[in-house]
Amino acid sequence: MQIELRKICKRFDSVNANQDISITFSAGCIYGILGENGAGKSTLMKILSGYTECSSGETLINNQPVRLSNPMQALRYGIGMLYQEPMDFPRLTVLDNYRLGNPLLGRQSKTVVGKQLTDSAVTLGFQLQPDQSLETLTIGERQQLEILRLLSLGVDALILDEPTTGISTQQKEMLFSALRKLAGDGKTILLVSHKIKDVEALCDHVAVLRRGSLAIQMDRPFSTATLLESMFGEPPKHCPPDRKPAVGVPVLTMDRASVSYGRSGLIQCSEIVREREIIGLAGLEGSGQEAFLRLAAGLLRAEEGSLRLRDQHMKNYRYHELQPHGVFFMPAARLEEGLISEISIADHMALIKFHETMILPWKAILSQTENSISAFDIKGRPSTTVNRLSGGNQQRLLLSFIPPNPSLLLLENPTRGLDMASSADMWSRLRTYCQQKTSIVFSSPDLEEILTYADRILVFFDGCVIRHLMADQTDINYLGSAIAGAP
Amino acid sequence: MKRGPCLQRSNQTHLNHLPATRVARAWIPIPSILVTLGVALLLATLVLLTVGTSPLSVYGHLLKGSIGSWQKIVQVLNVWIPLVLCATGLLYTFRINLWNIGIEGQVMIGAVFSTGVLRSEWFVGCPMSALFISMLAAMMGGGLWALFTGYLKTRGGVNEIFAGLGMNFLAQGLILWLIFGPWKRPGMASMSGTELFPPAVWLPTLLSYRLSILGLVLAIAAILVTTFLLRHTRIGLAINAIGRNPRASFLLGLRTDRYLLLTMMLAGCFAGLAGNIQVTGIYHRLIPAISCNYGYLALMVVMLSNYRILAATIIAFFFAGINVGSIQLPMALQLDSSFSGVLQGLMVLSAICFQGWRSKRRPSASRGGTP
Amino acid sequence: MILPDPVILFAGIVASATPVIIAVIGETISEKAGVINLSLDGTILLSAMTAFSVAYQTQSILIGIGAGTFVGGIIGAGIAALSLYCRVSQVAIGFVCALMAKDLAYFLGNAYARLNGPQIGDSPLPFLRHLPVVGPILFNHNILVYCSLLLIPLSTWFLFYTRMGLTLRAVGENPLACYARGIRPQFHQIVYSGIGGALVGLSGASFALCFKPGWGRPQGAEGTGWIVLALVIFGGWNPIRACMGAYLFAFLQVAAIYLQNRFDAIPAQIFQVAPFPLMISTLLVIQLVQQDNRKKNVASKGVFRKFLAILSGSAPASLGKSFL
Repeated sequence: MQIELRKICKRFDSVNANQDISITFSAGCIYGILGENGAGKSTLMKILSGYTECSSGETLINNQPVRLSNPMQALRYGIGMLYQEPMDFPRLTVLDNYRLGNPLLGRQSKTVVGKQLTDSAVTLGFQLQPDQSLETLTIGERQQLEILRLLSLGVDALILDEPTTGISTQQKEMLFSALRKLAGDGKTILLVSHKIKDVEALCDHVAVLRRGSLAIQMDRPFSTATLLESMFGEPPKHCPPDRKPAVGVPVLTMDRASVSYGRSGLIQCSEIVREREIIGLAGLEGSGQEAFLRLAAGLLRAEEGSLRLRDQHMKNYRYHELQPHGVFFMPAARLEEGLISEISIADHMALIKFHETMILPWKAILSQTENSISAFDIKGRPSTTVNRLSGGNQQRLLLSFIPPNPSLLLLENPTRGLDMASSADMWSRLRTYCQQKTSIVFSSPDLEEILTYADRILVFFDGCVIRHLMADQTDINYLGSAIAGAP
Repeated sequence: MKRGPCLQRSNQTHLNHLPATRVARAWIPIPSILVTLGVALLLATLVLLTVGTSPLSVYGHLLKGSIGSWQKIVQVLNVWIPLVLCATGLLYTFRINLWNIGIEGQVMIGAVFSTGVLRSEWFVGCPMSALFISMLAAMMGGGLWALFTGYLKTRGGVNEIFAGLGMNFLAQGLILWLIFGPWKRPGMASMSGTELFPPAVWLPTLLSYRLSILGLVLAIAAILVTTFLLRHTRIGLAINAIGRNPRASFLLGLRTDRYLLLTMMLAGCFAGLAGNIQVTGIYHRLIPAISCNYGYLALMVVMLSNYRILAATIIAFFFAGINVGSIQLPMALQLDSSFSGVLQGLMVLSAICFQGWRSKRRPSASRGGTP
Repeated sequence: MILPDPVILFAGIVASATPVIIAVIGETISEKAGVINLSLDGTILLSAMTAFSVAYQTQSILIGIGAGTFVGGIIGAGIAALSLYCRVSQVAIGFVCALMAKDLAYFLGNAYARLNGPQIGDSPLPFLRHLPVVGPILFNHNILVYCSLLLIPLSTWFLFYTRMGLTLRAVGENPLACYARGIRPQFHQIVYSGIGGALVGLSGASFALCFKPGWGRPQGAEGTGWIVLALVIFGGWNPIRACMGAYLFAFLQVAAIYLQNRFDAIPAQIFQVAPFPLMISTLLVIQLVQQDNRKKNVASKGVFRKFLAILSGSAPASLGKSFL
């Protein structure tokens, strides 16, 4: 089956998720769709699978224009998608998940369908028990089931969105050999990934998306450098940090801590954060940085291992107990976790900075708010509700919440939505904290930012810290290939 | 979905537009009121036509029966007092996004505690202090009863709706047991309740009218206290913040669980007070239906008011008027007095549907839109 | 105290549990599809009133039952549709409906209060009734009792062993995933909420035409709706277990009548309370087991844990949340 996308555009409110993308996929080939987070890969694939509709553009299957307005229609044309977030029913059995929504199985009995399931599993080298509950399966096995289910629906084109995150190496091998086999049978395989290594290992053809547009298409053999460049942009001139940190005593000690969070969680992580140190956490989204920060902030409880703040012996390492000790956590999801969108800037100030008073001293609150607004250059008035602020202003508001003498700042993507000038300004502000005893740990998808502002870099991959780098001894190419898991 | 272990809440009910503390001034949503009233009256008229009565005469009787004379207005106020007390209590829980359906039971427990104090022999010589103590006991009882539901929610993860419902029936069972058991009338226990208290411990009333000034003062005080708490204190701000976004509130440093318990407790206190007034001001004894469904009615009032206190007090008066006015219907027109409930229900139903429909029409992020 | 004949006792339990069982099955179906119908108490009364008045007017029991069932179905489907298309929380709308439908029933039914209407008579099954013990307990009743006895296995079979039941459960678990598979969750939720509501309506009709015959204020069915809600949770969203709960409840009520002779101080109404503590403790156990599973992340071991797991059951994952 040949699929052609012509001038696909997709807008979310004011954001262009896809711009003018034209690309052709032909039968029997494995295509890699490569790009960093937010490049528009998932959106493009969801359009192709009928899950979302494009704003403009057309889709052609075997040179016939088709309209894919819901997943069922896409399935009828033979396009099936394995979503990034599992779209299955954990409480039901494997067999029920397999049968559900499959009109082709008709009135066949459970045993017949079960036989069909195990047979098709065997041909692809999978092992699945039909009457097992899905809850007991690993993510890799759930993926295998989903692939079998899509095949039983007779799909000719199979889209896999980030299938290699959160599964074991053996499962990845099984998945790849199964996909090769399917491509050999004439199916079109589309692998969406941000891991260059996986794409290089499997695909015949790669398309790189960057900021919603098609950056480059390439056949085998691939040039890793070119791919990296088109993913992350021109390698910038890296200016080394103009400071030599005089690191002090340990602030945070993490000892073989493990926690499950998101897809990969954090596995056996031992790190020490010292006074006056700025640590950048590099890694693709969901590789463990988020778990690291949340664990350090006391929002998650370590399932194994332990954490210690300075030499405090806290009974519970919990968020609210850490706050008086100057630990500050800033989440990346501004409107979901950071701010309350329907209340005003002054209300936020009152909540954060006026703990002691029961009756709110609005005069003091308003003057304090005015101060913060001018100090942090927020475009808004004290009575402005947060949802009427632009993203950059929301971010600055979040930063204004940092307490006066913090000891540990844990920042998830601190300059998200800020332009170059304001993020530089923000960082100069943050670095003044470090002249006292503050240490900063931050994550960012922007490698350049990490290289510019961090002293030390931890590279996360699949829940583990795989590299410890000094910022002045590495460059963006090396870092880029490291986070993509390149050897 | 990203969430920390401390932030997990099961089954959040989503309230649409709660007003912000300082931003949204109390505006009068005239189109909503018109649509709500119009649709509700239209449907109610249809109901009346199916029974074959003249709608005009029914509405006329409702008006005459509620504000036709001072006597009637006093009756309405006597309903309004407990209704407002419950409604103010519910404002706290609704604003923090809890569905305190257990308010009915909290009223009952307030009544039980008051009766317990008034029956005891310690205060025989001193009726005023007996009244005062009974009020305190009622507030404490209602508060603790609500607190238990709150604990079931924060510690046990039991949805407050089911827990509250269960607690309501437990309270009802407790009242029945007391009336038929330990507190039964000398001679024969019956559904008519416990023995009447001596008039000394009745709430003092205005001479010719049966309006208790103290109750009225308490209701107005409850409105003022609630307005003040919600608008000008840290508690009110925190409640608003948690109701809108518990996760962000937690990260901003609020102990969300404690505030949930606090609001439950406050709601229980106000409800308990309402129960006390039912006992000391209206019935002067404990009867099985002591709560008169005012807790449930207050839930409807607060829903219709869109969680605004001023609107809630006005709607409470309106609903109280409908309740009192409908008492006439059986005598005058041979209709059942439950028409009041039909009218009230239709109003709330059309109001929440209209609100929901309007909020749906507003542009919002489309499904599956994470690029 | 004279102990009752166990056969008569059990026959009484089977009969008096019947309307509760029909409603419990209806609500279980609706909740399994992810729609929580909180309006049961009002729905039962309104459909009881409708069934009685229609049967009285037409002198046909069948039309009466049909009318009651229809009313219940409309309310059930209406709650689902309004919550889906008007973005109103199912709880809010269900709660208002519960109060309003009850008042509407008393208002409209005023003209039919204390009239003698048609009643469903007993129709013992020809051969089965002569079976020893089982015969008189199960097969010496009216047609509705047989219906309820049939409904228990039928609903279980439907929910857990048919493709439609599978779809129903899937919609209640994860509507988004259903959408991705080309199943329309809205359509299924409205249909199954309607079917569930229709069964609740049938239960109401069976009250008015058989178990608490006639119409009046208060109708004997008042309060049953809330008990049904509690029993559905106690049953862990499994029809068989919920029906066991219903029989337990009926047993308590029958026992109350006998106990009342002994402790005449205790009114029978107190026994109406019994399902609610059971419901709350079931919800507590569910949470306990889930926390336990989350912590250990392995199959549970130990007798106590297994016992808890049996008691627990699990709510449909997206119960009460509207898919938009």
